[in-house]
Amino acid sequence: MSAHVPNLIVAALILPAVLGALTLLLLRHRLGASRIVSLGSCLALVGVAAALVAHASGGAVESYALGNWRAPFGIILVVDRLSAMMLLLTSVLALAVMSYAVATGADRKGWHFHPLFQFQLLGLNGAFLTGDLFNLFVFFEVLLIASYGLLLHGQGATRLKAGVQYVVINLVGSTLFLVGVGLLYGVTGTLNMADMAVRIAAAPPGDQGLIAAGALVLTVVFALKAALVPLHFWLPGAYAATTATVAALFAIMTKVGAYALIRTGTLILGEDAGPLAWLAADWMLPAAIVTTIVGFVGLFAARTLRDMAAWSVLGSMGVLLSAVAVFRVEAMGPALYYTLHSTLAGAALFLVVDLIAKRRGQHGDALTVAPRFCQSELLGGLFFLSAIGIVGLPPLSGFIGKLLILDGVRAAPEAAWIWATILITTLIGVLAFARAGSRIFWKSATVEGTIPVRALRGRWKGVGVAASLLASLVALAAFGGPVTTYTDATATQLFDPARYIEAVLGERSGGRR
Amino acid sequence: MTMELLVASAIAVLTAAGVYLVLRGRTFPVVLGLAFLSYAINLFLFAMGRLVIDRPPIYDKAAESYTDPLPQALVLTAIVIAFGMTAFVVILALRTFLETGTDQVDGREDGEAQP
Repeated sequence: MSAHVPNLIVAALILPAVLGALTLLLLRHRLGASRIVSLGSCLALVGVAAALVAHASGGAVESYALGNWRAPFGIILVVDRLSAMMLLLTSVLALAVMSYAVATGADRKGWHFHPLFQFQLLGLNGAFLTGDLFNLFVFFEVLLIASYGLLLHGQGATRLKAGVQYVVINLVGSTLFLVGVGLLYGVTGTLNMADMAVRIAAAPPGDQGLIAAGALVLTVVFALKAALVPLHFWLPGAYAATTATVAALFAIMTKVGAYALIRTGTLILGEDAGPLAWLAADWMLPAAIVTTIVGFVGLFAARTLRDMAAWSVLGSMGVLLSAVAVFRVEAMGPALYYTLHSTLAGAALFLVVDLIAKRRGQHGDALTVAPRFCQSELLGGLFFLSAIGIVGLPPLSGFIGKLLILDGVRAAPEAAWIWATILITTLIGVLAFARAGSRIFWKSATVEGTIPVRALRGRWKGVGVAASLLASLVALAAFGGPVTTYTDATATQLFDPARYIEAVLGERSGGRR
Repeated sequence: MTMELLVASAIAVLTAAGVYLVLRGRTFPVVLGLAFLSYAINLFLFAMGRLVIDRPPIYDKAAESYTDPLPQALVLTAIVIAFGMTAFVVILALRTFLETGTDQVDGREDGEAQP
């Protein structure tokens, strides 16, 4: 079993890279074949990720040295519980989104949807696997350039306008990323994250100011990706302007920022970093609490369902990062469980909103009273479920996630703030979604007539995909026991980075120090 | 000492110009600002390997000491990425101007009300 693990690690990168390039070169004009290749790639990635999770769940940390250059000189790919979990989440989400795109024909609305999608997966998988800070930058660029293409998929004036803002802000973010990496390299002389952790732990007091500056600049960049207030302004515009399919995939994009915050926060700035330990926490927690409030209050400012979905993604990032920012082992497990939930729930909401918008003719997804539309009852039910999911009411996994977070942060001194924020914003979220749902489904039910639908591609298949994402939330709640065991073990592993460092640097380091 | 001062102030001026231009309202200055920022960053990364004169970055029998080769590789990567991104932003900005009829970053001409 374990002999195959290095091959599996590379397969998670090679597969989308090669298939993406081949689709671009050979299958440019053959949509059917592109779809088969894309779906096949997504399915294979689910298999690879599941095998990696099965391996990592035993607690082993595996590394793969690219080109057989040993750490810290070469670039290392590392799989621990967190990386494996994020890979599985990405591949499951990608499979659902790709099925939806194929079912509803969203992939015909522009060029090169399938290659861009594969390159996006390459960037995401790479960012979750790499153990090298500069390589993380490169994979961020890969996933960003693919996301620029996907964001603009289908084009249109509003989408281009939002696209310019999204691209410019991310380019500035990339510049800052290089500043942070440069500072840390200048002081520690390494780019390998595990090696950097060892060197920061042993850094002389004179260097600590520079290390703190570099690490905080990096934190700002990751906070920008994670849409933490006050760096969130790009998110609602970009998510609401793009196609729902792409927005659903982008539910994982903010989690890349959260992943990077968790990884650097626990590995490089962990408790062994001496005076620099948990450096970012003081800034992250207030920002995360404000993000939660802004996200859920923003729901009331929304004029369309798509806006609502975008704001609720922001709010759920706030909840997630509030739990991360206390940097306690008992809060990290729930935060990771909530990561799984909020990604799938956000994606499901975007897909359901798209299904509704397609059936309402010129009314689209605007929050207006309009005549009934086809499959109104069914979609009403799905909207109800996805709203329950994203807000965090029982019986779906959002409730369990929030409950675990509330329990996990109990020992933190800031617990009262987090409790108050999460409980009040949940109520606000319920009100906002109840208002939207009653206007679109109940008040509209009294209006005479129905909205005729033109030839609707994939009327049932699209509904099926959205329903299966919601079913995954049910599964996440039903199998809450095994999942939380895994996420809690992940948290324990994160807060004890010696194993990770040993896996990357080899026996000679004997872990830390 | 002079070299450090020169390099540091060059980075500072480039960054200042870049930040100012990025904050402008129209897309063309913003693109120029991004280019300035990436120049500043390239110099900065280069300086992170310490400023040394007349030292080879790769193995040489006759050399007594070396300069750090890694930042040079990083700068090379950063240049390639920044170049590609700049080309992309230029095309995107042009396309947006043609579709929306304005080259304001926020998509509205001055004084135009919120839609």
